[in-house]
Amino acid sequence: YLQHFAVTYIVVLRNTSNCKVPVWGKRLLTQGSMIVGVYCVEPNKRDLIETKNEGDPTSVPQKPKLSKAERRAIQEAQRAAKAAAKEAGLKSTAKESDVNTKISKQPKAGKASLKKDVTQVNPPVASDKKTDECPPDKDRKKDLPQPRMQFDDVHRVVKAKKRSVVNQSEAQNRVELFRHLPQYAHGTQLPDLESKFFQPDLMHPSVYKVGLQYLSGDISGGNARCIAMLLAFREAINDYSTPAEKILSRDLTAKISSYVSFLIECRPLSISMGNAIRFLKNRITKLPLALSESEAKASLQSDIDRFISEKIIVAGKVIVSHAVTKIRDDDVLLTYGSPSVVEMIFDHAHELGKKFRVVVVDSRPNLEGQGLLRRLVAKGISCTYTHINAVSYIMHEATRVFLGASSVLSNGTVYSRVGTASVAMVAHAFGVPVLMCCEAYKFHERVQLDSICFNELGDPDAISRVPRGESLSNLKNWAENENLHILNLKYDITPSDYVSMLITDYGMLPPTSVPVIVREYRREHVWI
Amino acid sequence: MEPDAAQNPNPSPVPPPISAYYQTRAEHHAVVSSDWLAHAAAAAAASPGADAAAAADAAAAPPPSPGGAGGVIEEFNFWRRKPEAAEAVAAIMALAAVIRSSRATTMMELEIELKKASDKLKSWDATSISLSAACDLFMRFVTRTSHLEHEKFDAAKSRLIERGEKFGEISLKARKTIAMLSQDFIYDGCTMLVHGYSRVVLEVLKLAASNRKLFRVLCTEGRPDRTGLRMSNALAALGIPVKVLIDSAVAYSMDEVDMVFVGADGVVESGGIINMMGTYQIALVAHSMNKPVYVAAESYKFARLYPLDQKDMTPAHRPIDFGVPVPTGVEVETSARDYTPPQYLTLLLTDLGVLTPSVVSDELIQLYL
Repeated sequence: YLQHFAVTYIVVLRNTSNCKVPVWGKRLLTQGSMIVGVYCVEPNKRDLIETKNEGDPTSVPQKPKLSKAERRAIQEAQRAAKAAAKEAGLKSTAKESDVNTKISKQPKAGKASLKKDVTQVNPPVASDKKTDECPPDKDRKKDLPQPRMQFDDVHRVVKAKKRSVVNQSEAQNRVELFRHLPQYAHGTQLPDLESKFFQPDLMHPSVYKVGLQYLSGDISGGNARCIAMLLAFREAINDYSTPAEKILSRDLTAKISSYVSFLIECRPLSISMGNAIRFLKNRITKLPLALSESEAKASLQSDIDRFISEKIIVAGKVIVSHAVTKIRDDDVLLTYGSPSVVEMIFDHAHELGKKFRVVVVDSRPNLEGQGLLRRLVAKGISCTYTHINAVSYIMHEATRVFLGASSVLSNGTVYSRVGTASVAMVAHAFGVPVLMCCEAYKFHERVQLDSICFNELGDPDAISRVPRGESLSNLKNWAENENLHILNLKYDITPSDYVSMLITDYGMLPPTSVPVIVREYRREHVWI
Repeated sequence: MEPDAAQNPNPSPVPPPISAYYQTRAEHHAVVSSDWLAHAAAAAAASPGADAAAAADAAAAPPPSPGGAGGVIEEFNFWRRKPEAAEAVAAIMALAAVIRSSRATTMMELEIELKKASDKLKSWDATSISLSAACDLFMRFVTRTSHLEHEKFDAAKSRLIERGEKFGEISLKARKTIAMLSQDFIYDGCTMLVHGYSRVVLEVLKLAASNRKLFRVLCTEGRPDRTGLRMSNALAALGIPVKVLIDSAVAYSMDEVDMVFVGADGVVESGGIINMMGTYQIALVAHSMNKPVYVAAESYKFARLYPLDQKDMTPAHRPIDFGVPVPTGVEVETSARDYTPPQYLTLLLTDLGVLTPSVVSDELIQLYL
């Protein structure tokens, strides 16, 4: 755990030094401090936190300290205006002395009013971080994304549950390090949701359908999920009519937000979906007021169509056209899982008459590679199939490694299906070039250093269950053993050192160029 | 060279096509006979004299007219023969000539005509990176320059021609800029290793010498053209202590080297360089001994290419003279260039400034996308 503390610590330091960059820095700052918050609420690690915080003030530059104080002052002022005089008095004492913070905030947490929660055990500096985590809401909300829900934060989880449509039940025996990620018991809520389908006014049926498909795993893969979501929204917009005394741009945004939160409950959003939602919301707010409702709806629908065709479908084709130039005769191409773009690349190269062989590396529990294998073999491409356990054995045969990505982050880090990093690292060790294929709409300006802070947890049962192996069911009742935690991570990150080339719709780029693309083309992506 | 070409028992039925680019380089920079050195020594003048003589020769020689190729290639070849003119300059001069002789009446027509000419040029010698990069660059200028659209056609046309003719100066200015920028990296008492004959590197060293810096240069021999000999000759004429070593002695002498200076035939999107054969191994040796590798290259050599490995390029072959006949049944590696990946390069000294390899892609994105 110490190691991970070190990691989060670095994040915080970096971010505070970045503070001058307005949105970026702030966003990172909240993220960084959120991560710290995660660890701070663990009562048994209090001593660790304290030792860490001792180092904090010395290394953190003076300026963010000041701004923190300022922000706090603003917050206090706002609250004072809002709340009763007595409460305001309490808080001013809190401002004066750090020792008093504990005493003054405890009753407030009991009331569970403005602040989400303040854990009683927090040392003073950590509570300082806390104020960061829940910033003065009103003025910040606009330019900042909502801080991600931290699922080890009991109060917030309870609060979120009240709102939610999907009745997810929390899984037991969660892995300690990943408690901040949502983890639900799988397969319990589907019948319940299905019965709710005909309840009026709940959710638009098409959105509901997509949500259920996410939940049951019928739709997977970044592009497929994104397209399904956009099409559902398109349908929802088609059926939408502005209620009386409301403005379309406001009401529709709220509506979309509620859809999105429903979808998040079904399955956490992928970064590609996040970007698409950002685009759609942007389009809605940028609608000219003069437009009539039907015109506005038509314009939004055509925007969605354009996004799907330009950013996803055509982008895929462009990637394919670039990638086939890197396939020579007698190549052995290795891929992992079943990335849709890579499959298109193989198909196209095969159509062009290139002679190559494919090695499909697969892994439990999803075994998506089998589908890819079946389709490739049906087309007459010679294939080898193996599991990731054998990747170091098979790698010396390969001449190119083609991988798909869920997202590419600003530091060139590739966020992708779990196992991708291992394949890329093995390829690097063998000197085989690694080509990451990723549409530019999946790029994100975030920076991530490990796969812990943001990730998705899959069903632990999927790992513990062994297909057709009654004799191998050693983990049958694992949930009853509280000492046993099973972790089924969905994503991992591949550092940019292990990526030789990024193939995007903007051409073939080194991973160091991601920030340039994000900077130069964000505007175009969002069509501001 | 000629007897070798005849005796070379090439096992492949069709001998690989010879790269025109490297042929020209060899003609301009190579020492093909011992007579050349004798001449150069006798002339007592430095290499400019020899160059001028060569230039006179080249100018006197009528431009070759390959049967099917059109005017643009003749023009290009004419310019290409001048030793001081870079290949990119020749390409742009040729394109400017196309504009001059064009009978197009609208910008669009002119663009199409230019596109055809540049495609023809590019396909004429696919191995020359600076040729294709320069063609792309000029096309960019034609299609991207916004004020061209608002001008009268004739004015726009003359502006383009002017631009093309100025390119030679731009190229020379780029070299001067690079030489100036690199002075910070050359310190008194340093030893540098250079590979092959690069006009930019020569310019850098010339300026350093005229700034009265004290340094020593190790020149590789630069087989098969022995371009290193010409380089060392030029450096010795400038009064710089210079030592020639055979290409295989690079690792042996690396511990006394403080920095490696190389030019580049092309700078690719990854930030790596494509350069004369042997650059990669020098960069590898330097990297493993923690010596900095500096690349001096004009920005018009930046190309939208991304080789993944050595074989991932258009093959560029050239005849190799071993001095003795190659035994029968033995294959000869005739590739003229190699690719040095960016992780082995320290800095690129360009007229855009001193860049780390990763910036190349950023510049290319801003230029071409």
